Amino acid sequence: MKIAQDFRGSVIVAILAALFTLIAPSILEFFTIITLTQVIGLAILALSLALVWGYGGILCFGQTAFFGLGAYAYAVAATNIGGSTGAILIAILVAAAFAAILGYFVFYGRVSDVYLAVITLTVALILYSLIRRTSGPEYKIGNALLGGFNGTGAPPINSPGDGAAMLFPEHTFYVAMAALILVYLLCGWVVKTHFGRVCIAIRENETRAELLAYDTRLYKLGIFTLGAAIAGLGGVFFCVGVSRVTPDVFSLSQSALTIIWVIVGGRGTLIGPILATFALYYLTSALGAQQWLNTNLVLGVILIGFVLLVPKGVIPSITDWADGRRERRVSRSRERRMRVRRSRATAGTEAAE
Amino acid sequence: MQFNRRRFLTAASAAALATPAINRRAMAASHSGPIKFVSILDQSGGLDIYGKPMVDTTKMAIDEINAAGGLLGREIDLQVFDPQSTIQFYTQFATQAAAGEKADVVHAGITSASREAIRPTFSRFKTLYFYNTLYEGGVCDLNTFCTGSTPAQTVEKLVPHTMGKWGKKVYIIAADYNYGQITAQWVQKYVKDNGGEAVETEFFPLDVTNFGPTIKKIQAAKPDMVMSALVGGAHVSFYRQYAAAGMNKSIPIASTTFGVGNEHKLISAEEGDGMICAYSYFEEVDNAANKAFVQRFKDRMGDDAPALNELAARSYEAAYIWAEAVKAAGTPEREAVIEALRSGAGYDGPSGRVAIEPKTNHANQNVYLAELKDQSFNIIETHENQPPTDTLLVCDLVADPNQSTFKFENGLEAAGIEL
Amino acid sequence: MDLVLSLILQIIYGIANLALISLGLAIIFGMMRVINLAHGEFLMLGGYTVVVATNNGVNLWVAMLILAPLVVGVFGVIVERLLIRWLYGRMVDTLLATWGLSLLCIGLVTSIFGASTTTTISPPLGVVTIGEYTSSGYELFLIGVTVALLIAVYATLKLTKLGLLARGTMQNSDMAAALGVSTSRIYMITFGLGAAVSGLAGGLLAPITGVLPTIGSVYIAKAFITVISGGMAILAGTTTASILLGGVNGIVAFLTGPTIGEVALLLLAIILLRLMPRGITGRFFKKSL
Repeated sequence: MKIAQDFRGSVIVAILAALFTLIAPSILEFFTIITLTQVIGLAILALSLALVWGYGGILCFGQTAFFGLGAYAYAVAATNIGGSTGAILIAILVAAAFAAILGYFVFYGRVSDVYLAVITLTVALILYSLIRRTSGPEYKIGNALLGGFNGTGAPPINSPGDGAAMLFPEHTFYVAMAALILVYLLCGWVVKTHFGRVCIAIRENETRAELLAYDTRLYKLGIFTLGAAIAGLGGVFFCVGVSRVTPDVFSLSQSALTIIWVIVGGRGTLIGPILATFALYYLTSALGAQQWLNTNLVLGVILIGFVLLVPKGVIPSITDWADGRRERRVSRSRERRMRVRRSRATAGTEAAE
Repeated sequence: MQFNRRRFLTAASAAALATPAINRRAMAASHSGPIKFVSILDQSGGLDIYGKPMVDTTKMAIDEINAAGGLLGREIDLQVFDPQSTIQFYTQFATQAAAGEKADVVHAGITSASREAIRPTFSRFKTLYFYNTLYEGGVCDLNTFCTGSTPAQTVEKLVPHTMGKWGKKVYIIAADYNYGQITAQWVQKYVKDNGGEAVETEFFPLDVTNFGPTIKKIQAAKPDMVMSALVGGAHVSFYRQYAAAGMNKSIPIASTTFGVGNEHKLISAEEGDGMICAYSYFEEVDNAANKAFVQRFKDRMGDDAPALNELAARSYEAAYIWAEAVKAAGTPEREAVIEALRSGAGYDGPSGRVAIEPKTNHANQNVYLAELKDQSFNIIETHENQPPTDTLLVCDLVADPNQSTFKFENGLEAAGIEL
Repeated sequence: MDLVLSLILQIIYGIANLALISLGLAIIFGMMRVINLAHGEFLMLGGYTVVVATNNGVNLWVAMLILAPLVVGVFGVIVERLLIRWLYGRMVDTLLATWGLSLLCIGLVTSIFGASTTTTISPPLGVVTIGEYTSSGYELFLIGVTVALLIAVYATLKLTKLGLLARGTMQNSDMAAALGVSTSRIYMITFGLGAAVSGLAGGLLAPITGVLPTIGSVYIAKAFITVISGGMAILAGTTTASILLGGVNGIVAFLTGPTIGEVALLLLAIILLRLMPRGITGRFFKKSL
């Protein structure tokens, strides 16, 4: 837990990530850089759930609802405006506003636990059904065709204020990495603030937090909305990376995958889910490039093995292991000191005799 | 197109707005070593019923060409990617094939969604692209060759035949996405052109399995026939529930989608008998080339050989069409191969002659009508060398080669086609 | 009039269908709190058992009513022993494990049988005519089977010693263990029972749906929403939720079309959960099973 609890840790991680960003184009292949933008979008999605679930204790099974709304809002807005800067803001706002309304509906209705998970999932599935219904040419927002199952094209990002100055793939990658790092720092900072501590207190014991006169509904709504805004931003980079947004962003498998990234990375950490997203994405695409074994078969075996062998998630297991080592080391050295002192003491008494 | 560190000058067409061109590949593929052939088709996930046979026949074609000494004295190196029925992997593998592997040709895509997701990538990276699936028509792109059949080739033949046989009141059911919507519009058009009436058109999301309410609606509407453009595994339920209600005996079904996912093997003989379908290939097509093709495929795959359909046969033929064009051009260079393809490249394959039609980069091909009996098709009509008249209405790459659009994206009316 | 009558029949079938695909999950998730994302694959395995068995000459009824639940039940027991039993009390981890299991099942079946398998069965029992309308006799049979299955599960849980032990173990396993119940065995049997019910459902649906390795994904969301809307009392909950959701879905689908029918079902589920945050049986039929 040390890494995530400590904001200094977050800064170190952020600096490492920034260094990686700078050298990435020279060590990675060009197409990998292009692909990375969409994975960064997914990583931001995982980060948003890491915040909402890992720290807020809200198991939001339908985090993809906000992710997808962000993606669609960006695609529609950017097509209509002809520039991406405003569209990104619109995407974040749409996702946050939708979450605020939905959150008001559930938190103030005192829906909790598994029921909340199901309501959010159901909302994502409703969006999935509805957006797939929009195949005809009559479903158009401004100039943007929604396209139903086929989805709609997502314009690339351009430099602010100049709709024609589209960014290169490397630059899009820089922007996406910068966004990921900033959002990561934001989350790291939020969980250290008073607001974040109250959210963690609510996660630990909602009744006790309430008895301490905190309006738990409001705090939950707050972190839920913040998470949704982040997920919306993730949606933007995802659809820019894919250059298209399709209804699959709302699908059950996307929802389940998001949860799986957080479980694999470890709840209660921010960096874990991000790394898990990259790792699992890499694994899945590497399996898709081979021809010997059925992709699902291998992936299934790996996930099952993971649950059985690394039950807490990667990062907590590593930190536990490191903590354990440190404790052992500390206790060993303490023991050694004691032994030395004891032997000196005995030596002293012997000498005295 | 000029390359500039700050800006892109985008191509004139609408699609290019979203897809800045990148001349990053300073050098095209090298002139020695193997020729790179990439195939991106779903082999897991819901679309694997279509994708797996396509990959099997692609491998077979490349193995045969290599066994016969390769192309221009060089071996063909086939790399297959499995995008797992997910659009984001399509984009990723397309980018990898074009920018990473520097493929000489990519054959990819099953759904229109996947095609539209990757087509801009191939234009951007100047990588030759083949799309070998039957589809709704309307792609107009110099760099893209669509070899599958389109509605003007199949629906146009199927509708008059079945209306003449069964009657003029037609009930249309279709999958609820771009392909289904546009195909349904074509059906409506041809029904009207032939003096019939489309009593109702209904669309179904791809995961619907309970068709009870619709079957009751069909019973209430009392049409003479049902025209189906249903797609995918879940929709197989329709044919079974339709038969369970005894409807297949009273109101027959015609389809241009039933069979390419080997649906005729997924429902029993008594459920399927009497359906009429139209494709540019059936496993049962009676010619020597096809008999040999089917035999080679069965020898290769053993007992597990899936049934062959238009998608599988066309993937095989398209590999050969490309190979013929490379031979004619004397190089796998993109521009030269496009030139050769558009100068009437073709191949006499199991489905008969398939030849590239230069105005649209689609294919002139034979169309067969067949009736289902005991889980296999009996050919009842053959129409030779059919042009893609639907796409020809909206696309002329000879007059204006600088195009990269999907003309039917906004539906048929927006493309200026009278319904 | 005939239309109304046959439509009512159709809607009842829609309800039975929903209850049938949800019942196995109601046992595994509702009772045992295992989020079984492989539920759809359990149904698929039931269907595959029937298709493969009939292709090898087994009688259709034997395949559907005996082999499908047996095979999937045994599979369920194996899965419980190897995987699930390490995860009791770690509800969210079961989600990850069963997601992996679902991928594994799809991958295994695809690797063994290919992307599709030839089917030779068709729905037995012919056609029932109501005036000008016809319905499938097999669908009527399925309505009957669903009712019988609900009664059988109720009787097992309520009347047998095993049912009593199972309910007790699920309520308080420490107490049950202290009283000498082998809770580990009870968990295994209950999971196997849930899997067997899913297998039976999948087998029964095989003649009227497409049977493919990937077909499970079309059932899973609906089954979950039904079970959760139902609430704690698994049988009363699943039944009432199926009636409400299936009824609305059928009527709306007939009036407007299948997409809006689906959306109506999902919206109703949300409203139900907002009004009754603990599911239907959190408010009504509290004492029932």
